[in-house]
Amino acid sequence: MGVEAVNSDRSVLVEVEHLVTHYGARKILDDVSLKVYEGEVFVIMGGSGSGKSTLLRYMLALERPTSGSIRVLGRDVVRSRPSELYELRKKMGVSFQSGALFSSMSVGENIILPLKEHTDLDLKTMEIMARLKLEVVGMAGFENLMPSELSGGMLKRAALARAVVMDPKLLFGDEPSSGLDPIVAAAIDELILRLRDALGMTVVIVTHQLESAFKIADRMVVLDSGKLLVTGTVEEVRNSSNERVQQLLNRRVDEVELDPEAYLKRLTGA
Amino acid sequence: MPAEGGQQALNGAARRALDAVERTGRACVDSISAFGYGAALFAESFFWIFRGRSIRQPVRLTMIFEEMMQIGIVAIPIVTVLSLTIGVMLAIQGIYTLSLFGAESRVTIGIALSVTREFSPLITGILVAGRSGSALAARLGTMSINQEIDALRVMGINPVRFLVVPPLVAMMVMLPALSFLSDLVALFGAGVYVSLDLGMSLPAYSDRVIEVLTVNDLLHGLGKSMIFAVLITLVAVVNGAGVTGGAEGVGRVTTRSVVQSIAAIVITDMLFVFVVTR
Ligand SMILES: Nc1ncnc2c1ncn2[C@@H]1O[C@H](COP(=O)(O)OP(=O)(O)OP(=O)(O)O)[C@@H](O)[C@H]1O
Ligand SMILES: [Mg+2]
Repeated sequence: MGVEAVNSDRSVLVEVEHLVTHYGARKILDDVSLKVYEGEVFVIMGGSGSGKSTLLRYMLALERPTSGSIRVLGRDVVRSRPSELYELRKKMGVSFQSGALFSSMSVGENIILPLKEHTDLDLKTMEIMARLKLEVVGMAGFENLMPSELSGGMLKRAALARAVVMDPKLLFGDEPSSGLDPIVAAAIDELILRLRDALGMTVVIVTHQLESAFKIADRMVVLDSGKLLVTGTVEEVRNSSNERVQQLLNRRVDEVELDPEAYLKRLTGA
Repeated sequence: MPAEGGQQALNGAARRALDAVERTGRACVDSISAFGYGAALFAESFFWIFRGRSIRQPVRLTMIFEEMMQIGIVAIPIVTVLSLTIGVMLAIQGIYTLSLFGAESRVTIGIALSVTREFSPLITGILVAGRSGSALAARLGTMSINQEIDALRVMGINPVRFLVVPPLVAMMVMLPALSFLSDLVALFGAGVYVSLDLGMSLPAYSDRVIEVLTVNDLLHGLGKSMIFAVLITLVAVVNGAGVTGGAEGVGRVTTRSVVQSIAAIVITDMLFVFVVTR
């Protein structure tokens, strides 16, 4: 309630309402609703396989939901025409969990591509902008390497550089700092905060790492098996009385199976 | 108890039959939807070619040239070798067959028509399907698995404009061009053999060829090449984009794409010939 009051004067950049999604017959997200306000870092936290990346895909309008609505920058992305999505996407940057750099292009070409497609800058300027962003993610001097020559962490950082090269209003990052060494991971977290403070970027980050989430989040949600457990500021999530949230926060493993019969059934596949 | 057993066996057979029906039905639906998808891709490609520039999302000429290089120019040596071989082979077979009637000297007409109308477009089509169609399917499959296609989409870059149109255009230009090259080389190869075997001079041979060939025969072959180009590209794209199951899946769709495009080429060839020739 308190958060709503504080944020009521800020505009909502992403609004998901009662989102239900399936892959085939399997329900992946179940009645997910959330709001991301302008100028905040919003973190989607949850265990592996809880549906974080899936939620991101729907916000990016890569899939069509079973039901529910998704508004991004004031546009209903489910019912948008391709030309409207095109305009919308020029204002967003995305870094995928695996990086998703184009393997046929060098790192530099990868980062320049959005500029080439959406601006009329000359090549020299674009190259300078690309180097600038590589510098920011700590990858200066790697622009001539091919993605296959990079490590996993370098791929992620290059992908982040590509995501912010257009200075988007809205940045989405899927696990941008997971799997990196602690120093680089901390640097990425710092970078995300700097993007928010210096450029006023609104950032949506997916992560399963607690420390990182608590460090960067203005507000966060915790996702578990496709359901939202809590929404709120870091403090509110920390103090949540939800048992499952506390379990996730304190890294406790699941309770011992109470129903031995069900357990046996699962094992034997009956 | 026995009655129950019989019942179960019947159920088993019925279920298997039902499963088979379901599988067949699903395969039919899948292939129809793949067909529709291919047609939609073709239509969308034309949208980007003709309207892309006006909405500031042009098809890049440099990408088309790069594809033309890969599909056409790099394939010139192998097309030359194969065409030369086929020309000589046709000459040998033609002379042998006609010698049964003592009509060896009429061999030029058979060679000229079969090369331009059939062998050149078919051979270059099959070759390009194996070389470039498979490469395209593998590339799109890999990109799809690496989420590179999603990355393009969220950047506001239409994957059809960026990934499908360049190879499609390049293929539609280069396959007829290769086919024409193949015409020339195969006719030359046949000519050399004929002149050696029948003592017909090369100029006399080429005069005969030019005399019997009509523009129509040439266009018949080149027109087919153009259709094959579209088939190869669309089969590769539909397969590559529909990949599932990781790196192994890429291998599977690549093989499937080659098999399907060669089948499509041969069947379309037969239909085309049937419609146009009769
Ligand atoms: N393309 C797909 N087809 C079918 N099921 C999928 C697909 N992608 C994801 N899933 C399923 O959806 C569920 C959520 O997956 P998702 O990738 O969103 O998890 P995640 O929270 O991002 O996990 P991680 O932290 O490991 O990345 C998983 O159970 C997964 O099996
Ligand atoms: Mg994920």
